[in-house]
Amino acid sequence: MNIHEYQAKQIFAKYNVPTPRGIVANTPDQAAANAAELGGSVWVVKAQIHAGGRGLGGGVKLAHSIEEVRQLASEILGMNLVTHQTGPQGRRVHKVYIEEGADIKDEFYLGVVLDRAKEMPVIMASTEGGMEIEKVAQETPDKIIKVAVDPTIGFQGFHGRELVYGLGITDPAQQKKFINFASKVYTVYMDNDAELIEINPLIKTGSGDFLALDGKMSFDDSALGRHPEIEDMRDISEEDPDEREASQYGLSYVSLDGEIGCMVNGAGLAMGTMDTINYMGGTPANFLDVGGKANAQTVAKGFEIILKNSNVKAIFVNIFGGIVRCDRIANGILEATTMVDVHVPVIVRLDGTNANEASEILANAKIKNVIVANDLADGAAKAVAAAKGE
Amino acid sequence: MSILVDRDTKVIVQGFTGKEGTFHAEQCLNYGTLIVGGVTPNKGGQTHLGKPVFNTVKEAIAATNATVSMIFVPPAFVGDAVMEAADAGIELAVIITEGAPVKDMQSAKAYAVKHNMKTIGPNCPGIITAEECKIGIMPGMVFKKGNVGLISKSGTLTYEGANQVCNEGFGISTAVGIGGDPIIGLSYKQLLAMFEEDPQTKAIVMIGEIGGDLEIQAAKYIKENITKPVVAFIAGQTAPKGKRMGHAGAIISGGAGTAKEKMDALKEAGAEVVVSPADIGKAIAKILGS
Repeated sequence: MNIHEYQAKQIFAKYNVPTPRGIVANTPDQAAANAAELGGSVWVVKAQIHAGGRGLGGGVKLAHSIEEVRQLASEILGMNLVTHQTGPQGRRVHKVYIEEGADIKDEFYLGVVLDRAKEMPVIMASTEGGMEIEKVAQETPDKIIKVAVDPTIGFQGFHGRELVYGLGITDPAQQKKFINFASKVYTVYMDNDAELIEINPLIKTGSGDFLALDGKMSFDDSALGRHPEIEDMRDISEEDPDEREASQYGLSYVSLDGEIGCMVNGAGLAMGTMDTINYMGGTPANFLDVGGKANAQTVAKGFEIILKNSNVKAIFVNIFGGIVRCDRIANGILEATTMVDVHVPVIVRLDGTNANEASEILANAKIKNVIVANDLADGAAKAVAAAKGE
Repeated sequence: MSILVDRDTKVIVQGFTGKEGTFHAEQCLNYGTLIVGGVTPNKGGQTHLGKPVFNTVKEAIAATNATVSMIFVPPAFVGDAVMEAADAGIELAVIITEGAPVKDMQSAKAYAVKHNMKTIGPNCPGIITAEECKIGIMPGMVFKKGNVGLISKSGTLTYEGANQVCNEGFGISTAVGIGGDPIIGLSYKQLLAMFEEDPQTKAIVMIGEIGGDLEIQAAKYIKENITKPVVAFIAGQTAPKGKRMGHAGAIISGGAGTAKEKMDALKEAGAEVVVSPADIGKAIAKILGS
C-alpha cells in the first residue's frame, strides 16, 4: 500500500525525523489559509499523488505570496498530472500540500528497501539528490552507497560511518547529524513494516541541518493488519477502481491494453497464460488470478470485471483444477454465464482432477459462445483465433 | 531415490486442527505421507485424524521423532511457528501459509539458517516425491513417478509442468514449489544441487517468474555446476513494469527482474528455455526421448 508525501511526513514527525512544516489542503482557500498559518514569505505548493516525478510534471510550484499560493493551488488541484511514474494517462490531483520554503544548500538521496538477495533491509544514499534515482543507479552506480542492516543487530555506528564516508561528509558535527537522521529513518522502516522509504531530496540547509524535503513510503500489505493507523491512511481515489473491486472478491487483477481477457487460477499460470497468448500472436487484456477457490461467484465477478474493458474480444478461462475438482469448476462457469451477460467468445480449458467430466459438462450444456479447449496451447490458439474473429 | 523427502519421512503439522491444516493433512495422509502427529497450542493430548496432538513442537518431536513440519498456522503466527520448529530441531519446515509479513520472514529465515533448518516457502504448494510423500496442497494424482525434478515459484505452473511431463510418458522424482514471496527458503540454487546429486533425477524443469534475481543466480550456478539437462520457463514476459502480478515478489522494479534478462541468462547457461509453458512437456520429451 502507498501513502501520500504529507502522510509519510506525519509518520516521520512521530520519529523526530526533521521535515519542513506543512499542512495539507483540499481547496485553494484552505491552501491560502495554511500558508498564512505557516507564516514566512516563501511556500511550496505540492500536488499529492502516489507517484514520483511530480516536480518535472508541473505539480510542485514555489509561491511568494498568499495570493500566489491560492492561485497555484487552484491550478494544481484537479489537474491531470503526468509523470514518468503515472503512465501517459496521468493522475488527477485531489490534495495539495503547502509547505514552508527551505534554504537548500545540498541535496542528497536516502532510501530504505528490502535487499532480496541479502534478505535484509538496505539503506541507500547518494549525493545525487533530486535526480531520478533509477537513472543514477543505471548511469553512475558508484554514486549510490548501499549499506545492508541485519535486523537482528539493528542500525549500528559502523553502518552510519559507512554512509557518511561514502557520501563524503567530513565534518564531525555534520556526520553525527546525518547518522542520527539515517538511524531514525531505519527505525521508521522497521517499526511500520515499510516496503520502501525514499527521501529525495534529503537536503542540507544553510545552517547545516538535514531535512526530509520529500517523503515516499509504501508498506507490506501482509503486515497492515497490525498497523490500523496506516491502513487508515489508504486513499482509494489513488487506486485503480477495477483492481480494487477485484481484490474485494479475493481476485488479483491488473489491466493491460490487449484484446484477450484472461481468467486463470494461480499467479504464475496467469502470467504464463498471458505469455502464451502473446507467443501465439494475440494480446492479453489483463492479468486475473481467481485464486484457489474458483466457483460460480468468483468466475461471474471475473467476467464482469474483464468485460468492463471494451477492448476485450474474447475471454480465455484457463484453470488447472487440483484440490478443487474440474467438474465443479465447469458447473461454476455455466452458472456464471447465467449471472453475467457474456457477449464475447469464451474459451475454456480445464485440466487436472476430473477434467474429462468437466469437458463433457461444458460440451453438453451447448452454451452459445463457450468453446472447450484441451490444453493450454489449444486454448490460447483458440482464444487468439476468436479474438481475430476467425 | 528423490530429494529431501520420501516414504519414510516423519512429518508433523503445525496448525494441525485448523480448517486448512485439517483438510490438507487428511489429503496428505490419503496420499501415503507419514504424518505422525500435529501441534496446536492448548489442544495437546487430543487425537486428530487419528494422530496425536501436542502443545509444542518439542513435545511432538520427543514423542514421534518427526524431522519435517508442514506449517498451516495463520499469517501473523508464521514467523513464530518457523522459529519454534527451528528451535526444537526440525530439519525441514514446509510453510504453506500465504500472506506472512516480510519482516517476520526475515528474522524467521535468519533463525532457521542459524539452526541448520531448511525451509520451503512461505506461500507455496509444498514438496512432493511422487507416489511416496506429499507435504503440501498440490493435487497428488498429477505427479506420476519418474526421473524429472521440478522447481517452481508458482503453484499452478508446478501442476501444469508436472502434468505435461507425465502426459508425455515421463514422470516426476521430486517437485518443489518454492513460493513467490520476496523472502523464501530453499531456492533454485540449493535444489538444483540436490537434483544434480540425486541418481533418480535425469532432467530438471525450472519455472521462474519476474522479480528478484534468484533465476539469475540459478543460471550462474547451472553454468558452473549442473551437468543434467535443464528446461526453463520464466512467467511474466508480458507483465508491465511496476505492477505486482499476484505474488508479493512478482514485480519488475526499477527495470530489474524482467523475464527477458532471466531467459537470456538461462539460455547463456545452456538451459533449454521455452517461451510458453505449454512447451515444457515437449522440451522434456525431446531431451529424454532419445
